[in-house]
Amino acid sequence: MDIITGTLSAAVSVQAAYFCLAAIGLNVQFGYAGLLNFGQAGFLAVGAYGFAVAVASFELPFFAAVAVGLGCTALLALLLGIPTLRLRADYLAIATIAAAEVIRLFFGATFREYFKGRDGVSGFTADFQSVNPFDSSVLGFRPGEFWVMVVGWTLVVLSSVFVWLLMRSPWGRIMKGIREDEDAVRSLGKNVYSYKMQALVLGGLIGALGGLVLALGQNSVQPDNFNADLTFIVYTMLILGGAARIFGPIFGAIVFWAALSFIGAVLTKLTRGDDPFIPSWLMTDNQVGSVRFMVVGLCLMALMIFRPQGVFGDRKEIALDAR
Amino acid sequence: MPAEQTDSILVADGIRRTFGGLTAVDVDHLEIPRHKITALIGPNGAGKTTLFNLLTGFDEPDAGSWTFNGQDVSGKAAYKVARLGMVRTFQLTKVLSKLTVLENMRLGPTGQRGERFWSAPFQFLWRGQEDANTERARELLARFKLDAKEQDYAGSLSGGQRKLLEMARALMVEPEMVMLDEPMAGVNPALKQSLLGHVKSLREDGMTVLFVEHDMDMVRDISDHVIVMAQGKVIAQGTPADVMGDQRVIDAYLGEHHDTDITQERATEETS
Ligand SMILES: Nc1ncnc2c1ncn2[C@@H]1O[C@H](COP(=O)(O)OP(=O)(O)OP(=O)(O)O)[C@@H](O)[C@H]1O
Ligand SMILES: [Mg+2]
Repeated sequence: MDIITGTLSAAVSVQAAYFCLAAIGLNVQFGYAGLLNFGQAGFLAVGAYGFAVAVASFELPFFAAVAVGLGCTALLALLLGIPTLRLRADYLAIATIAAAEVIRLFFGATFREYFKGRDGVSGFTADFQSVNPFDSSVLGFRPGEFWVMVVGWTLVVLSSVFVWLLMRSPWGRIMKGIREDEDAVRSLGKNVYSYKMQALVLGGLIGALGGLVLALGQNSVQPDNFNADLTFIVYTMLILGGAARIFGPIFGAIVFWAALSFIGAVLTKLTRGDDPFIPSWLMTDNQVGSVRFMVVGLCLMALMIFRPQGVFGDRKEIALDAR
Repeated sequence: MPAEQTDSILVADGIRRTFGGLTAVDVDHLEIPRHKITALIGPNGAGKTTLFNLLTGFDEPDAGSWTFNGQDVSGKAAYKVARLGMVRTFQLTKVLSKLTVLENMRLGPTGQRGERFWSAPFQFLWRGQEDANTERARELLARFKLDAKEQDYAGSLSGGQRKLLEMARALMVEPEMVMLDEPMAGVNPALKQSLLGHVKSLREDGMTVLFVEHDMDMVRDISDHVIVMAQGKVIAQGTPADVMGDQRVIDAYLGEHHDTDITQERATEETS
């Protein structure tokens, strides 16, 4: 029974909302416009740190601090996009993967008076929690946590609606065109460079909202929250749900996160106790953390073999590639 | 050549493009007459596609300049050239496979309100324009015999159908000059005839057409003016009848079977 409640609460947790936003942003960039952003972790980090430092060190009010976080993220997108978006697609990939690492090390090792090194920034949610309408726990969640969940899932819904509105418009059509063949779109008089930049910035900003939700949920941000594997987990979620689909990133993020929690809980149950179901020479309970990723990995491999387009994808589209 | 009397929409001078040691294009002077259908012919590897790429901003020349409608467009970005009214198609078709045929068509028109970020989310701002574009797209698709395919992914079309879609999509832009790179390659003869009629009607509407073609019957049938390229150079131009009787043109086309002629040609070129 705790396995089921545990899985359900993971599915609606702050973490799940955070991953949703990261994946929705990546969906705009990679799913629709075909941009290989391998540094989504960097966008999340800048959004989160920008907000956190603005409150913790400069005591800015909540919305001003949010604007700082988003502003820094947009700046990062421009810095990365200006030199690379005119070049072949792989250059953006190289630049973003390197930038995300640089950003993480930068927050971890420089300007210690602001970024506080590896311990990270903390204690910046007082303003936010002071307007918390919940004063007792809801559905077993602490009121502070529940308030962040409400805000997080509201952001997920709002950004999904916004992306849906954009993608059904002629603007979205250009994005999908660019993903297929830039030169064809260019030959019709569209400024491809500008559109790619818009996608990079928009996707980065949605990701930064995710970083913000994480920061509010933890009441702290550390460099270790933004390791390179974060980007790849977000890619996995997006592909699992189905890229270039509105529900793809949401479904992928929730299912991935809930499945991880479920498998972890089951494995813990099977390895714990004096006479565990899984013998201790095979696996002990302190290996659960890594083994659950292995199990999830196997499930994903199976999914890619039997449903390469993701859960929400369209098989016909995938078949076109073979021609 | 009587360049002065004719009104030229495109005038190019000294365009040169080399790939390593190979000079793909080396054109001293070139004019495309306005409101006419001009054919660009020449053997494989003559530099026709490369010239298209240069003129439309998809490639950069080593030297040269050219004007469109009297405006200098050399070195301009490809999308700006297209917006000025010079739209090209590709020899190797570039349909957007994962968009439907109709969506491919709707991508054409310039100045769509819905293509701007801030107005895109609000459908009421662009609905009317979109409907008008869709109607025009359907008319063209019917003309190109693609109306039954409207909702199919463009990636599911056959090779010839892709050529047709690309040509129709270029016309959606409503260019002043359309540049077609082998538009009829792989299109069946009956449809070809009807499309040639359509191309002629474009000229009647005041459009300028430049097309690359290997089929001499078609060139003779619809073009007002023919430009012949060989080994990167313009070797002849004039009316279809003039050009096809020209000995240099016959040599260029049949060169491989006339080894002696070609060597003589080269020798005279080097001395001159
Ligand atoms: N990107 C490139 N790199 C190197 N060489 C090239 C490149 N593009 C074209 N060439 C060379 O330039 C010459 C002209 O090529 P181009 O494609 O313009 O010929 P074409 O007249 O269009 O021929 P076809 O009728 O076969 O289409 C060829 O010899 C070709 O090998
Ligand atoms: Mg060619």
